[in-house]
Amino acid sequence: MEFFRRATSFPFMSTRKIWYALSVVMIAVSIGSLATRGLNLGVDFTGGVTVQATFPTAVNTDAVVAALQRGGFPTAQVTIFGTSRDIAIRLPPIKQTTEEVRARIEQILDGIERGTTIQQAAVIGPEVGGELERSAVQALIATLLLIFGYIAVRFHTWRLSLGAILAVLHDPILVLGVFSLTQTSFDLTVVAAMLAVIGYSLNDTVVVFDRIRERFHLARRLEPIVVLDQSINQTLSRTIMTKVVTLIVVVALYALGGPALKGFSLALIIGILAGTYSSIYTSSAAALDCGLTAEHLLPAQARKPVDDLP
Amino acid sequence: MLEFPRWKYALVVLVLAFGVLLALPNVYGEDPALQVELKTQKPIDDATRASIEALLRKDQIPTKRTYTDGDRLIVVFNDVAAQLRGRDVVEGSLSDNYRSALTQATRAPAWMRAVGLKAMPLGLDLRGGLYLLYEVDVNSAVSQLLGSYDQSFRRTLLDDKLPFTDITTITAGQSTIPNGLAVHVATLGVAAQVQAALQRVDNTLSFTVNAIPGAPVVQMVLTPTQIRDREDYALEQNRTTLMNRVNELGVSEPIVQRQGLDRIVVQLPGVQNSAEVKDLLGKVATLEFRLVDEGNNPVQAQQTGRVPLGDRLYQMQDGTPILLRREIIVTGDELTQAVSGNGQEGPSVNIRLDARGADSMLRTTRQNVGHQLAVVYIEKSRQQVLVDGKKEDRETTSQKVINDATIRGVFGPTFEVTGLTAGQSRDLSLLLRSGSLAAPIEVVQEQVIGPSLGADNIDKGVRSLEIGMLAVFIFMVVYYHAFGLVADAVLVANVVLLTALLSLLRASLSLPGIAGIILTVGIAVDANVLIYERIREELRNGVSPQAAIRAGFDKAFSAIADSNVTALIAGLALWVIGTGAVRNFAIVLVLGIATSMFTSLLGSRALITLMYGGREKVAQLSIG
Repeated sequence: MEFFRRATSFPFMSTRKIWYALSVVMIAVSIGSLATRGLNLGVDFTGGVTVQATFPTAVNTDAVVAALQRGGFPTAQVTIFGTSRDIAIRLPPIKQTTEEVRARIEQILDGIERGTTIQQAAVIGPEVGGELERSAVQALIATLLLIFGYIAVRFHTWRLSLGAILAVLHDPILVLGVFSLTQTSFDLTVVAAMLAVIGYSLNDTVVVFDRIRERFHLARRLEPIVVLDQSINQTLSRTIMTKVVTLIVVVALYALGGPALKGFSLALIIGILAGTYSSIYTSSAAALDCGLTAEHLLPAQARKPVDDLP
Repeated sequence: MLEFPRWKYALVVLVLAFGVLLALPNVYGEDPALQVELKTQKPIDDATRASIEALLRKDQIPTKRTYTDGDRLIVVFNDVAAQLRGRDVVEGSLSDNYRSALTQATRAPAWMRAVGLKAMPLGLDLRGGLYLLYEVDVNSAVSQLLGSYDQSFRRTLLDDKLPFTDITTITAGQSTIPNGLAVHVATLGVAAQVQAALQRVDNTLSFTVNAIPGAPVVQMVLTPTQIRDREDYALEQNRTTLMNRVNELGVSEPIVQRQGLDRIVVQLPGVQNSAEVKDLLGKVATLEFRLVDEGNNPVQAQQTGRVPLGDRLYQMQDGTPILLRREIIVTGDELTQAVSGNGQEGPSVNIRLDARGADSMLRTTRQNVGHQLAVVYIEKSRQQVLVDGKKEDRETTSQKVINDATIRGVFGPTFEVTGLTAGQSRDLSLLLRSGSLAAPIEVVQEQVIGPSLGADNIDKGVRSLEIGMLAVFIFMVVYYHAFGLVADAVLVANVVLLTALLSLLRASLSLPGIAGIILTVGIAVDANVLIYERIREELRNGVSPQAAIRAGFDKAFSAIADSNVTALIAGLALWVIGTGAVRNFAIVLVLGIATSMFTSLLGSRALITLMYGGREKVAQLSIG
C-alpha cells in the first residue's frame, strides 16, 4: 500500500503567497481571540478553592456537577477520591470567604443526599506561579536560540534557522488560538502538549530541510524554487505517513483517554495538523523568500571553483 | 550481501536483554499492602510478625503473604478493602513504638526484589496520594541573618567598648526587603574604629562609612550572592526538615523536592488525610541555647508571676518550671550538624556550630564552667485563613526546654550533649536536625488524589495507549508488509527500553509521562518511515534491493539524526527548566528519543540485515 504510487509534483512554492495569507489570517484570528477572549485558564494557573466531602452512600459525580451548576458554581470540577463516597470539588477563585463557600456547598450537597459532611475546605494557590512563567519564557527563548544555532551550524545558513523558528512559533500560536476560540480549559497538560507540538514541528521541518540540503548537493544548478518543491514532494509520503500514524495514537487518546487527557490530546491533534502545514509552507517558503540558494547550503570546501566549470 | 558488524548485533542483543530484565518488574503489577516498622529502626522480630499474622487471622482479614523488606514487615492483602480493615486492626493493637503505612507491594518474584529490580514508580495522579506545594518565606531567612549579625555586632562593640547609638536595618539598592545594617555612631573617628572592629567579626562582609554630618553611620549591605546563599541554605534546610518529618510519618516512597527558588514539593503516595499531615509538616521549629539562672527559684517565680530581671521563665518537657538567662548564646541556625552517637559517658548528641555560633559558645562556656546550659525548642505553626476574601496568617508558638546539662569544660565548634538515654539522644539529634531552621513555610497548593481516580486514570491512559499502538501495528503491516513487522518489533523494543530506563532511573510515571510515551512512539515510527520511504524511493529509481536497503539507512540517517537532535534540544531545555507535569513529560520525551534512535538505527537494521543480508541476491523486498 502506498499513498502516492508515483512521485508527486505539487507546485507548493509558487502558490506560497496564498498560504502566507492563510497563515497570517489564522495567526491574526488566534492573537485577536487571545487578546479579546483570553484563555479559559484551569485551576493550575488560577488557584482557587478545594472542598472535600463525604457522602453517606456511593456518589454520582454527574449529579453533583449538575447540582453545583444550579447552585451557582458553573465551573466546578468534581472528582472521586478515597472511596466511592468521597469527592473533591475544585472551584476557581471566588469573592467569598472559605466559610461561606463551605456553607453553600454543604447546603447543595445535602440537597443531593442528607448526611453529607464537608471534610475540608481550603484555599489553594496557583501551581503555576509568576516564577514558573518567567522560567518558561526563558526556556522558550533558550530553546529557540539553541535550535537556531544548531540548524545554522548543520545547514550552514541562518535562512533555514529562521524558517524553522517561524514554523515553531506558528504552531503553538494556532493551538492557543483554538483553545481561546473554543474556550477549552487550558491546564498544565496542555502546556506539555504544546511543547510536544513544538518538538514535532521541528522534527518535521528538519526532515524537509535535510532533503533540501541533499537536493542542492545533487542538482545545484536548478532554481531554488524548483529544488524546494522537489524536496517537499519527495518527503510528502513520509510526512503524511508519519502524521497518520501519530494521529491514530493521539485520536485513540482523545477518544478513550478519559477527561484527564482530553485537553492534552486536543492540543496535540491541532498541533500535528498545524505542524504538517507549517513544515511544508512556513519554514521552506520563509527560507526561500530570505534568498536561500544552493551556495548557502554547501560547506566552504565544497564550493571549489572546479565545480563551476562547464 | 549486506554487512552488519558482529559487535553491533551483540550490542543490540545485550541492550535488549538488559532492557527486558529491567522492564520485567513492571509486568507483574502491585497488590495493596501494609508496612509495619519499629520507630527505633530495628528489624521486626518473628514474634511480632507472628502476632500480627494471628491478629489478622482472628478478624478473618484475608492476606496473600507477609515478608520482611529490610527492617520492615510487609503484609500483602487481596484488595484495598482488606488493606484498610487490616490497617485499622494492626494500628489498634500495636504499641507506640511501631508505625505503619499503607503501601503497594509488587507481585514480582522474590529473586527480583532481592537483586533490586523494581517497577517504575507511579506518579500521584496514577496511584493516589497527597500533593503539597510549600512556599518558603526566604525573606524571613534573610531578616533572621540580619538579626543574628545585629546581635553579634552589638556584642562586639560592647566588648570593645566602642560607643554607638543604635543599629538599624537598611534597604539598599534594588532590594525590596531589608538587606543591610547601619551602625549609628557619634563621630567619624569612632566610625572608623567600629568599621575595623566589625570587619574582624566576619571578613566576608563589606563595610562602608557613610559620613552624614553629625550622624555618621557604618553600613553593611549583604551582596546578592550572600542573600542568594542564605535563601538557598534556608530552602535546603527546610527541605531536610520536611523530609525528616515525612519520614516520621512512615509514608512509603515519599518525594520531597525543591522546586524553583522558594518552593518545596511534597508528594505522599497513599496519604489521604491532608489536614493531619499538613499540621505535622507545617510546624516551624528552632532551637536556642541559653544559660540557666541557678540563683533564683523558678517555682517561686512561676507561683508569684514575678520573673527576676534578665531572666525568662520556661517549662521543661515534664512541666517543671525553669529560669533561663535572657541572652541567647546560640540559635538553631548557627548549628551545622547534629548526630546522635555513643560517647564515653553513654548516649550523646554531637553538635557542630558555625564560626559565629562557635565563637559565642566558646566565650560563654569559658566563663561558666560548672553552670547549667539549657536547650530551648521553639515551635511555630502557621495557618492561612481566608478572612473577607483576604489571606491572613495565624501563628502559634510553643517554647519548651528539652534539655539542660552542666557545662563540664570549654566548648569549641563541636561538643557533646550527654546524660541522655539512647532514645532521647536520637530524638534530640533528630529534633536538632529537623528543627535547625526557622524560615516559615506555607502551603500554596494542595491536592488529594484518590486511589480510585488514580486507577481510573491509569486504566484509561494505558488502554488508549494499547489500542492506539495496536492500530499503528496493523497499519504499519498493511502499509509496509514485512518491513512493517520489523517496524512493529522495533516499536515494542522501544517501549521496553523506555520502561527499563524509567525503572532504572526511578523516574516516576504520571499522566503526562504516558503522553510522552505516546509521542515517543510517533517519533520511533517516524524514524522507520523515513528509512522505508527512502528504500522505496531507491527501488523506484531502479536500485537493486540490497543496495536500496543500504542507501535507505545511510541517507535517512542525517534526517533522523538532525530532526531528533533538535527535538532533543527542546526536550532537554524542558527537563532542566520545567517542573512537575512539564518535567515529567520532558524526561520521558528525552529518554524516548534516545531509545528510539537506538532501536530504529541499530535494531531495525540488525533485523533487516538478518532477513535480507545473508543471501547473495535478493529479487524483491517485502516493503509494500
